[in-house]
Amino acid sequence: METLIIILAGILVMIATYLFLSKNLIRVILGSAIFSHAAHLLIITMGGLKTGSVPIVGEKPIAYTDALPQALILTSIVIGFAVTALFLVLAYRTYRKVGSDQLDGLRGVRDE
Amino acid sequence: MLSINITMIIPLLVAACLPFLSKKKLPFHIGWFVLAVPIVLFVIISSYIPSIASGSTYLHTIEWIPAYGIHFTTYLDGLSLIFGLLITGIGSLVILYSIYYLSSKESLHSFYLYLLLFMTAMLGVVFSENLFVLYVFWELTSISSFLLIAFWYYRKGSRNGAQKALLITVSGGFSMLTGFIMLYSMTASTSIRDIIASIDQYVDHPLFVPALVLILIGAFTKSAQFPFHIWLPDAMEAPTPVSAYLHSATMVKAGLYLVARFTPIFGGEDLWFWLVSGVGLITMFWGSFRAIRQTDLKALLAFSTVSQLGLIMSLLGLGSIAYHLGVNENSVPFTLATFAALFHLMNHSTFKGALFMIVGIVDHELGTRDIRRLGGLISLMPITFTVALIGSFSMAGLPPFNGFLSKEMFFTAVLNIHQLDLFSLHTWGVLFPIIAWIGSTLTFVYCMIFVFRTFTGPYQAEKLEHEAHEAPIGMLISPVLLAMLVISIFFFPNLLGDYLITPAMQSIFPTFTPSFDLRQPISPWHGWNMEIWMTIGVIILGTLLYRSFRRWKGVYSLFSERWGFNALYENLLEQLETRSSSLTKFYMTGYLRDYLVYIFLFLIIVTGGIFFFTDAFSFDPSGDAPIRAYEWIIVIVMVIAGISILFAKSRVTAILLNSVLGYMIAVLFVLFRAPDLALTQLVVETISTVLFLLCYYFLPEWKKEKTTNRTKITNILISISVGSLFILVALAVNSGTLFETISKYFENAYELAGGKNIVNVILGDFRAFDTMLEVVVLFIAGIGVYSLIQRKVPKEEEKLEDQ
Repeated sequence: METLIIILAGILVMIATYLFLSKNLIRVILGSAIFSHAAHLLIITMGGLKTGSVPIVGEKPIAYTDALPQALILTSIVIGFAVTALFLVLAYRTYRKVGSDQLDGLRGVRDE
Repeated sequence: MLSINITMIIPLLVAACLPFLSKKKLPFHIGWFVLAVPIVLFVIISSYIPSIASGSTYLHTIEWIPAYGIHFTTYLDGLSLIFGLLITGIGSLVILYSIYYLSSKESLHSFYLYLLLFMTAMLGVVFSENLFVLYVFWELTSISSFLLIAFWYYRKGSRNGAQKALLITVSGGFSMLTGFIMLYSMTASTSIRDIIASIDQYVDHPLFVPALVLILIGAFTKSAQFPFHIWLPDAMEAPTPVSAYLHSATMVKAGLYLVARFTPIFGGEDLWFWLVSGVGLITMFWGSFRAIRQTDLKALLAFSTVSQLGLIMSLLGLGSIAYHLGVNENSVPFTLATFAALFHLMNHSTFKGALFMIVGIVDHELGTRDIRRLGGLISLMPITFTVALIGSFSMAGLPPFNGFLSKEMFFTAVLNIHQLDLFSLHTWGVLFPIIAWIGSTLTFVYCMIFVFRTFTGPYQAEKLEHEAHEAPIGMLISPVLLAMLVISIFFFPNLLGDYLITPAMQSIFPTFTPSFDLRQPISPWHGWNMEIWMTIGVIILGTLLYRSFRRWKGVYSLFSERWGFNALYENLLEQLETRSSSLTKFYMTGYLRDYLVYIFLFLIIVTGGIFFFTDAFSFDPSGDAPIRAYEWIIVIVMVIAGISILFAKSRVTAILLNSVLGYMIAVLFVLFRAPDLALTQLVVETISTVLFLLCYYFLPEWKKEKTTNRTKITNILISISVGSLFILVALAVNSGTLFETISKYFENAYELAGGKNIVNVILGDFRAFDTMLEVVVLFIAGIGVYSLIQRKVPKEEEKLEDQ
């Protein structure tokens, strides 16, 4: 299972990298969203998969799956969401100001 | 008596007061106030002469950075005394001269501020006993010299000259600093005296020779030695008092001081001998050769300074042989060379200072210093002529002036050398007297040009800006005093020798005393020997060359300006600028994609390279959990959805495919027994999708990307490599567990924190800081989104630059 998920995450990284290298602003943002998916998958895989039960303390003492990566991912999901939201609005503003969503068109000011 | 530490700071303190004085209207020229400083210093330093002559030295320490052994230590011995007297003595005369030279319309307070700053810096260089303090003052001389050369900053020539001087001397300074650091790391001491005492143990140290070469480069750049001499002629754009003071008498001698001071450390090496005396002789020849061609009097004097500095440098090199021979009778001729070097150093300061002041007078009174416009001033400016005659005859080495004595001693030293069976001198040594003799002949020629082209011949009134007349008396005082010194040193050389040079010799040859007599009696007449015949030869051949100058002038066209070191320097600067600019333009394209390519390539090469070379591949699926059929399906769906995003024609398809990915991950989280994650992922994915859709409404439909096939292939290659690298690293990490996880601790959530949901307890209790900051991130993003949307689009402002 771990190997499979790692390969899946690697494929997601490939897709994200390809999107990063594109000229369209939205594709870059989409890439960053996919990239964070890959990161989350990797983190949870590193803690070991399906080694125990849901990490909620019950009546009987049993083995639980690793809870620490889950807490880390939970934090990461929220941060990723915040960044994506900001990026999207930024793209919207850029389009309003420049009139293009092509990265080649964003060349800064001439007297820089 | 004031300690030397305090004495040398006085100019700095006075300099700090000058800006306040400039605010008020002074009833007198501000220079009179400043003049008091070097005179007082000269008196203080002179008061040490008797005790130094009797062999005592003075050491004062003020702690500065004790942790590194860097102390503000001054050491007053014979060598630093000579330099201290030169700096303050000539400084007084130059300031006196400048009072009449500079009109009060100039920004005098900044001029004197720079000059006093320079004076402190120079005194610091000669009195510092600590390597690093010496370096600090050394750089301060470069900086104050830079300020003084560019005093008339509105002239292009001044700015260029100042820049050139700064670049060359500061690069030399850096190399010297490197040498100092090497010395420090060898000997673990920053004190020059301690290093001299212990250097014998370190001669075979691998850093010894690099330190020697680097320190010499520092000395050569400062003292304008071949091929670093090019800054000195350009520094002549400075006001003449500055040229007289810095670029003839003091700053350019800092390199000589350094060589003399470090002779006890490096003196016994043959590399030191060959570099110092070889470069010195080449400089002497080249400087005198180039000086003849100059038509600007100041440029002529600049090259003559270069040549004379080379002469002194070569004498110091010859003197270092004494260290190789050790304390015995054989080394007497070579200690004589050092004696001659110090003697000529003082002589040169006197006559060159006077000559510069003469040029300043000519320039000031006639409005030009071009040799082709001058002539016939002998009867109009008799005093100026007399001083010029004395100065240049002394420079040419004629009796009865002090230059004659030092030139004879120079000949003696070079004649002594080729008999020596050392450093392969028996083959090459014969070149020394020959080059020295030719250099002296050329010196004679330009001295004659200097004095006779300027003062004899036809008077060309129409080419001059002002009517020729004698200079005001105040301007003449300093050169006349220097000229009198030139003559009196000839008649009483031993006074100078006994009181100043012999103690200085003791500081250059500390191991030789007291068993060895370093004193050399100087006699104006020393019989009919080889030296005197050489001088007669110089006079005869020099006169012939001067007479026939027009006929052999063509020689100079062989040395085109295009191939000179100046051209090399200009070219180097220009190339450096254009090359670095084109390099920057080449890779700083301004496209995000290109920078991402660099980043990804770096990642692939460095991480991949390390992975490959350390052979870190490992793959061990034995600990894997089993896979069920529907898990396969989920993964395959995700892969298909992901890849389809790349080919999506419409952006709505792309968003929906992205949310497919997100929801599938939520399902995976369910399978991996992470209920909180699954919940959050579901909610966040939903909101993200809504956001994406909302934004897309305002954005244009995405166009088909116009990329060349080559870019596409590069992109594909990079993405595949990054992905594969990711997989490789993750697999390798997954294959081995190094130690137990710490998560067992968190399973006591109920006992420790009173909660049953372990993940929540971690977020809210064990690691609540993460959560707090994550909330802050969300908050900042919210403010960012709000302000980005609310902020009004400002109207396009027409920029001046864009029109």
